[in-house]
Amino acid sequence: MAYFIQIAFAGVALGCIYALIGMGFSIIYKASEVINFAQGEILLVGAYIVSSLVFDWHLNFMLAVVGGVIVTVLIGLLFERLVLRRMIGRPVFSILMITIGLDTILRTAVTVKAGSNPLSAPAPYTITDGFNIAGIHFGANDLLTILVTAILCALLYYFFQYTRYGLAMRATALDQEAALVVGINIRTVYALAWGIAAAVATVGGVFLAMGAFSIDITLGGAALLAFPAIILGGVDSIAGAVVGGIIIGLVQDLTAGYESHVANVLGAGIHQITPYLVMILVLLIRPYGLFGTRKVERI
Amino acid sequence: MSASPKASATSPAARPSTVAPPSRLLRSRASRWIAAILIVAVALIFFSVGNDDWFTIVNYTLIAAIASLSLNVLSGYTGQISLGIAFFMAIGAYAAAFFGGAAPSSPLDPLGLALPFIIWLPAAGIVTALAGALIGPTALRLKGFYLGIVTLALIFIGQYLFLNVRGITGGPQGRTFPVPALGGATFDQQNSYFGLALTSGQQFFLLNLIVLALASFFVYNLMRSRAGRAFQAVRDNETGATIMGVNLFEVKMGAFILSSFLAGIAGALYASYSRYVAPDYWGLTLSIQFVAAIIIGGVASVWGSILGAAFVFGLPLVIDHFNWLPVASGAGGISSADLNALLYGLLIVVFLLFEPGGVIGLVRRGQALTRKFNTHKDEGGETAEITDLPADQA
Repeated sequence: MAYFIQIAFAGVALGCIYALIGMGFSIIYKASEVINFAQGEILLVGAYIVSSLVFDWHLNFMLAVVGGVIVTVLIGLLFERLVLRRMIGRPVFSILMITIGLDTILRTAVTVKAGSNPLSAPAPYTITDGFNIAGIHFGANDLLTILVTAILCALLYYFFQYTRYGLAMRATALDQEAALVVGINIRTVYALAWGIAAAVATVGGVFLAMGAFSIDITLGGAALLAFPAIILGGVDSIAGAVVGGIIIGLVQDLTAGYESHVANVLGAGIHQITPYLVMILVLLIRPYGLFGTRKVERI
Repeated sequence: MSASPKASATSPAARPSTVAPPSRLLRSRASRWIAAILIVAVALIFFSVGNDDWFTIVNYTLIAAIASLSLNVLSGYTGQISLGIAFFMAIGAYAAAFFGGAAPSSPLDPLGLALPFIIWLPAAGIVTALAGALIGPTALRLKGFYLGIVTLALIFIGQYLFLNVRGITGGPQGRTFPVPALGGATFDQQNSYFGLALTSGQQFFLLNLIVLALASFFVYNLMRSRAGRAFQAVRDNETGATIMGVNLFEVKMGAFILSSFLAGIAGALYASYSRYVAPDYWGLTLSIQFVAAIIIGGVASVWGSILGAAFVFGLPLVIDHFNWLPVASGAGGISSADLNALLYGLLIVVFLLFEPGGVIGLVRRGQALTRKFNTHKDEGGETAEITDLPADQA
């Protein structure tokens, strides 16, 4: 039982990271119906900058995170302003592929800058800190991840529910033309969406790096697992991204924890595909996800 | 209800008179012949003077061109997003290994039926097409980026399978792949045919060129047939295509299966040429490289597939051949693979922004301009061929 709780705890923490990344996807999708494939590499760039600010520039951890967030938000804003805005009305294929182009550019830029050696992960405390209750280890990383995710979710909830710009974003998501008519500036909405998405991705990246103790070029690949999360939750639902993220994190860590018992049958590494298997199942049974609206692209 | 597309497609006699005045037709036919002769001449010159390194570069490029063509059938002509081409290439490669590989000498060896080349190459394509037919009904229920993400999932599911189905893939250690052979002549050695001694590179070159040429002619002609027009109609407007009597499911399945077949052939050729492939080669990066190839070369274009493959897959090999760049990035240096990734990433963005037709789109734009100029000079003639320009999408 302790083993189960231990794994489930780690799974929730991992799920919170997926939730952070998934929220970025959902916010952008809601605002502009674009799936930003480059989210993972924005996360990588963010984590990389935070790490180099802490270890090369000897900055305070919090300041470094702020620095990382500023850079990634700038990347997001510039890409939205200079590239995506010219792509409005173009087919999904082109828009998806252009974000894949950005993805490739960012990943290669980090490879060229950092080489192939992994960097150490920055953390505000000793990275292996934590405490034990009844034989279960609660790592400081995991606790902080869960805590920060909860705070960010609360902030975003407040933002979307009560603030002027949050309401403007929801109105735009609901009906773009009507939003224009009542005087909402759609450009601000797009910019906000990209800014928020890049910021939460960077925070997610920092936690992801802490969990792995290092930053290497494959870090951005983890963001791909936020796809199952958002599809499970419903692509256009921000709450869905959070719930979906946590479920996917749990599924992945539980299969990772127990797969050695059935290694004869399933072989190694099944936990790397269980999120995708869940996703395919969801797409077959309930393609709009748990919380999504039923309007989904199907024939 | 299919009368009108049929009429336009099956009345070649009626076409020339409505298409263009004879002088221009002759001129274009002449230029076509010149182009063909030039290509054959270049191929012949290369064939006689190229050294082994260059044959390696060109062979990999030719194989990549076959795979790009496969992706272009699905994404370029039919408009279905796919990130799963690496998966289908891998299926082809392992099918080839299964049918053509040596019979296992110990129980731990991966399986192999040791069938001849004439059987294992088509078998690789057919098995991959079957895999496509199995996956298709699930995948093609979805549209747009949902399809993209499901095909992305295929890559990861593939990674898991290739590591674990050791009987066929050999597990993480990989396995060797069969070499094409005609009779007793295996292509990895020098052989003489009809008194002509050919190096290994030359034999593979001929094989790859023939396969690419066959695939290109097939796709090129198919896209001018009724079925091909239906593919492109589905890409341009699904609702419109349905109203015209196109069966969406049939068309998408057809494109998916044809694309899988070609990808399987390309995967088999690649694995058999490089002799050894580890499972992680068939990753997402490979798929993205093919996407880059068709966007840069030209979406919905046979020549575009070939040009794109040459740029994305040939260029880094050329750079490495001349040792222009360090082997690995870091410390201010940039490796050929990374430079190439940076270039194709940038070019994806630039081409999608400014010329969605890729390099071929630029060429066609130039042709259309000169044609317009000529038409004014010849006072008249509807420029009917302009309708062949790709729509502003794919």
